[in-house]
Amino acid sequence: MLANMKALILVGGYGTRLRPLTLSVPKPLVEFANKPILLHQVEALVKAGVNHVILAVSYMSDLLEREMRVQEERLGIKISLSHEKEPLGTAGPLALARELLTDNEESFFVLNSDVICDFPFEDMLKFHRHHGREGTIVVTKVEEPSKYGVVVYEAENGRIHRFVEKPQVFVSNKINAGMYIFSPSMLKRIQLRPTSIEKEIFPSMAEENHLYAMELQGFWMDIGQPKDFLTGMCMYLQSVRQTAPDRLTTGPGFLGNVLVDPTAVIGKNCTIGPNVTIGAGVVLEDGVRIKRCTVLKGSRVRSHSWLESCIVGWSSSVGQWVRMENVTVLGEDVIVNDELYLNGANVLPHKSITDSVPEPRIIM
Amino acid sequence: MLKAVILIGGPQKGTRFRPLSFEVPKPLFPVAGVPMLQHHIEACAKVPNMKEILLIGFYQPNEELTRFMFSAQQEFKISIRYLQEYAALGTGGGIYHFRDQILSGGPEAFFIMNADVCSEFPLLEMLNFQKEHGEPSSFVILGTTANRTQSMNYGCIVENQGTNEVLHYVEKPSTFVSDIINCGIYLFTPEIFQHIGAVFQKNQQDMLLDDLTNGNGWHRAEAIRLEQDIFTALAGQGKLYVYKTRAFWSQIKSAGSAIYASRLYLNQYHKTHPERLATNEDGGPRISGNVYIHPTANIDPTAVLGPNVSIGTGVTIGAGVRVRESIILHGATLQDHSCVLNCIVGWDSTIGKWARVEGTPSDPNPNDPYAKIDSETLFRDGKLTPSITILGCNVTIPAEVIILNSIVLPHKDLNRSFKNQIIL
Ligand SMILES: Nc1nc2c(ncn2[C@@H]2O[C@H](COP(=O)(O)OP(=O)(O)OP(=O)(O)O)[C@@H](O)[C@H]2O)c(=O)[nH]1
Ligand SMILES: Nc1nc2c(ncn2[C@@H]2O[C@H](COP(=O)(O)OP(=O)(O)OP(=O)(O)O)[C@@H](O)[C@H]2O)c(=O)[nH]1
Ligand SMILES: [Mg+2]
Ligand SMILES: [Mg+2]
Repeated sequence: MLANMKALILVGGYGTRLRPLTLSVPKPLVEFANKPILLHQVEALVKAGVNHVILAVSYMSDLLEREMRVQEERLGIKISLSHEKEPLGTAGPLALARELLTDNEESFFVLNSDVICDFPFEDMLKFHRHHGREGTIVVTKVEEPSKYGVVVYEAENGRIHRFVEKPQVFVSNKINAGMYIFSPSMLKRIQLRPTSIEKEIFPSMAEENHLYAMELQGFWMDIGQPKDFLTGMCMYLQSVRQTAPDRLTTGPGFLGNVLVDPTAVIGKNCTIGPNVTIGAGVVLEDGVRIKRCTVLKGSRVRSHSWLESCIVGWSSSVGQWVRMENVTVLGEDVIVNDELYLNGANVLPHKSITDSVPEPRIIM
Repeated sequence: MLKAVILIGGPQKGTRFRPLSFEVPKPLFPVAGVPMLQHHIEACAKVPNMKEILLIGFYQPNEELTRFMFSAQQEFKISIRYLQEYAALGTGGGIYHFRDQILSGGPEAFFIMNADVCSEFPLLEMLNFQKEHGEPSSFVILGTTANRTQSMNYGCIVENQGTNEVLHYVEKPSTFVSDIINCGIYLFTPEIFQHIGAVFQKNQQDMLLDDLTNGNGWHRAEAIRLEQDIFTALAGQGKLYVYKTRAFWSQIKSAGSAIYASRLYLNQYHKTHPERLATNEDGGPRISGNVYIHPTANIDPTAVLGPNVSIGTGVTIGAGVRVRESIILHGATLQDHSCVLNCIVGWDSTIGKWARVEGTPSDPNPNDPYAKIDSETLFRDGKLTPSITILGCNVTIPAEVIILNSIVLPHKDLNRSFKNQIIL
């Protein structure tokens, strides 16, 4: 157990890539596997002994603040909100929260709010203490490094040499996983102005041998866009299968890993799964076929519809004999009329869909 | 007494009706649950004094046709015979060739009808109209109003508005001529054969000359087109009249138009054959709008059918199936939760669970009362034009896929989704 530790979570982005969901709810509060994204991180932090979480916020913070008061109570920790007047990027918020972060000499965690994995907080602290320098960043292996910024480091001890943005020749297959632990002395590097930690802070830390990489074991996903949100859900449910299989629903009509809120109602002759999350109060009527989808709170899918690779936003209604596929995302309170076909549709909140969308597009 | 002749064409005709015309002669394709031709025959059988119906075409005698004629004769208590042309003689050549058969027994008049039209067949009205027009042996064309652009795909008629005499006739002009179009249904007196005969004689003479000058004798003197060769010449001679109808009418050229024609006939069934329309009953499927279900079909009570659905013999429809604007041919199976919209599902085909088989209707513009269905070409700008989806005979669609705007040729076993494709 780590005691009296702090963590700062960056939650100030606009979450534009997760629209239309983030038009209704700030990204940290969007439910991933039936729990707000942020709570996955906060709960893991609490489990690791963190007792003060600082949220670096910039917009739509009222909803977040209210929700966090509830969680403070429930988890028995302190949750502070550090409000920015203008977006300060991924480093600036650390300067803004300097006082909160330096009330003791202990190292602190910094997290991007939209990564999902088996959070390795205790290992991070151990690793960080072991090398004794200013910063540790968690890295994860990817198949196509040329799409990302990669981290080049010494295999034996993890000391980072450099960062290479979208490498054209192979130099490394490890990328920044969006989770860091820093010693308080690191804060002297950051000024109170919009700054990118990845581009403006890390390179000089690495040059001075102050930055180390720790490789993440197991799954990892940045769930900041719908396609990856669904891929991350599949990975997450698979890890639930290994660590807490009782949370998954099995039996006739269920295939693979399926997570169903106890208040959801599921009709007769449905086939659900693999890789489905059904939120609170959701109703699936008879004969629904659904796979690789997230259905958010309060939605209804009517009889005989077929859904694959979709996110159904809160309180939406999908008609009978509807077919939805190819990362169709419905915003909040969307109505899809009977018998329509939606292929890769991105539907903004409160829309009523009366015509099929045979090719991917945005429905304003 | 009266007779009727139905021009049924032959195997080389009806290419726009593929792949369905591979399996069954197009005139026997079911429209609103019964063979296309049966609608003609029923209309003829209702005309007092109708003694015989002759089918003229260049199909080899075949079992389907024989069986159809046999059962139609029984049902409608009228003589029906098939007269086979030795080659395609055109819409006028065939009737001329078989003029003795048509005239035997001495009919004072006879109807000629294209097989590939769908119509209310206002035959009595045409007879009355003929009587009202002073000239006792005048010929009558059934006409209807089209919109300006579509009229050019048809035979166009200019009339004398006072007398309804046809002043001018032109087949498929390239510029607008008239919005009155030829419905392919005519009432003739035996005198018509004098006019066809004259063209026949002239053709023969021309051919002799032609043979002498450039030695190509491929054109048959016997091949005569009623429209271009006869009507064009008769126009303005005080012999040819047009009876304009406001009743429903459509050509049946493409498979898509068969779905549209089914809709027109199903709607007519309220008056003519209410017993052919399915109703909502306890323990039966939910019916919405006009639906024909053959009594041998096996339909789960949780299925929802209609509007405009025709279900053939021995079809099996599973639980929670949805069918709209479609024709399901005999022996097909639609498994649970599947959804079939704007399709023709071929004989003995199978659609898997939760599969969606969907086409795009080519209905006439609903806001234009004179609009007709476009029997478009398959391709436009190199791309397949979205059409109804057609599954040929014995096609298998796996569970959970989508087949959209596609044409699947017979005996295919698909293993994935397809969109906007012809699948050979
Ligand atoms: N406090 C704060 N956090 C930020 C800011 N910009 C990004 N973040 C956070 O940094 C993390 C990584 O950012 P991105 O992955 O770009 O996410 P995003 O900006 O919210 O979403 P997009 O609009 O889709 O880029 C996320 O947790 C964001 O919430 C900022 O200006 N201030
Ligand atoms: N018996 C016989 N019937 C024919 C012949 N040619 C056409 N028909 C029939 O006559 C009707 C009209 O056919 P067409 O004149 O080819 O068709 P259309 O209505 O002018 O339309 P297009 O195919 O666009 O020219 C159809 O029912 C055909 O089956 C023929 O040579 N012999
Ligand atoms: Mg961003
Ligand atoms: Mg013609």
